[in-house]
Amino acid sequence: MSDCLLEISGLRKFFGPVEVLKGVDFSMREGEVVSIIGSSGSGKTTMLRCINMLEEFQGGTIRLDGETIGYEETASGRKRKSETEIARQRALTGMAFQQFNLFPHMSAVENVMLGLVKVKKMGREEAREIALKWLERVGLAERAGHYPGQLSGGQQQRVAIARAIAMNPKLMLFDEVTSALDPELVGEVLQVIKDLAADGMSMLLVTHEMRFAYEVSSRVIFMNQGVIGEQGDPKVMFNAPQSERLAEFLKTSSFV
Amino acid sequence: MGYTLNFSAVWRNFDDLLAGLLLSLELAFVALLIGCVLGLVTAFGLISRNGWARRPAALYVTVIRNLPILVLILFAYFALPQMGIRLGKIESFVATLAIYSGAYLAEVFRAGLISIPPGLSEAGLAIGLKPRQIRTSIIIPLMIRNVLPSLSSTLISLFKDTSLAAAIAVPELTFEARKINVETFRVVETWIVASGLYVATCSVLAASMRVIERRLTLAR
Repeated sequence: MSDCLLEISGLRKFFGPVEVLKGVDFSMREGEVVSIIGSSGSGKTTMLRCINMLEEFQGGTIRLDGETIGYEETASGRKRKSETEIARQRALTGMAFQQFNLFPHMSAVENVMLGLVKVKKMGREEAREIALKWLERVGLAERAGHYPGQLSGGQQQRVAIARAIAMNPKLMLFDEVTSALDPELVGEVLQVIKDLAADGMSMLLVTHEMRFAYEVSSRVIFMNQGVIGEQGDPKVMFNAPQSERLAEFLKTSSFV
Repeated sequence: MGYTLNFSAVWRNFDDLLAGLLLSLELAFVALLIGCVLGLVTAFGLISRNGWARRPAALYVTVIRNLPILVLILFAYFALPQMGIRLGKIESFVATLAIYSGAYLAEVFRAGLISIPPGLSEAGLAIGLKPRQIRTSIIIPLMIRNVLPSLSSTLISLFKDTSLAAAIAVPELTFEARKINVETFRVVETWIVASGLYVATCSVLAASMRVIERRLTLAR
């Protein structure tokens, strides 16, 4: 299984007494674009957030690019890795959030530069160059000096994507990145993601945009009550769902 | 009333008043500076999930906020030497004012911290920043913007509180005014001028803080 970029096995996660991930097994190869769909509360976002340790998890393992993420087995049992080590592992992935989460006191280019300077220890000039290159890639070169408050939601999300991508991650995680956007701004963000997919970027997306999942993904996984209910080629899955649950979910979501 | 205002005695001693005012400002600024450090550390303690950080922070804030500042000043200056801690008048007063302001600033900073959306810290973590880097690059700069209005009123309160140093004969503005009052008997004139100096200085402080606030306000 060495050609696996991401390998999740037996992933279990509790919020207090509630088990939200009940043993998730999943793997993906480099260059794959995988969409995670499912109703709210099914655990899709939680699963995504376990991969970069924004959520702790209580059981199972996550391996990314050959590394075991977050925890190590010691003689005295399972132990959380050091903060320094976890920070380094988090930089293996990039994440875009539903709420963009740009740093409001920094301009667009400074948002992208921060990780390059503080994590990659680049000089400011080199970091600025790379940041500007990525802002150009998302079509916002001329907005580099603008602050988040001066940008539309779609533009903020594109800056946020540039900020994540500029770190040169092995895997990009997208957490419902269009859910907080006005409908007319969704397209520009999806286009950016499509372009990245065409470049061969490995991506894992939690999304409610069924049409988009259908068009972009090489594979779709359907999360249901904390486990993977069904997965496969979107063309096959969407047109001929195997389970009652998925059929119902597709009917109630906007996919036509 | 039969009282004729005559300011000449006050003007003759005006240099002493100005020296007192300068000392008052220094006391307030130094106390604020130390208080900010204390307040910041305490604020992070107050929002910590770790009880060993949170409980001492909460105890400090509760005790100090329930003590009149004059009692603190007298305690530090008269009682502490009996317990072997001997400080000069000025050092003792600055330390007291700093500890006093730290407790109030801790509450101010705590409010400023919890109003920062948690998603920003997560975004920082996601690009690989360490928690300490997130505090210095993201949380604290945003928190300072949140608390600037409260910080400016704290500075003004502290400046006014420096008048209490007269109680332990620190030669600040109020102490100097009382001296002129006693030496020249120009009671009304002395306190009019001293009051004028307090009001004018507070106005200048408030205006400068507004300029800083405006410069740091985020574009929306």
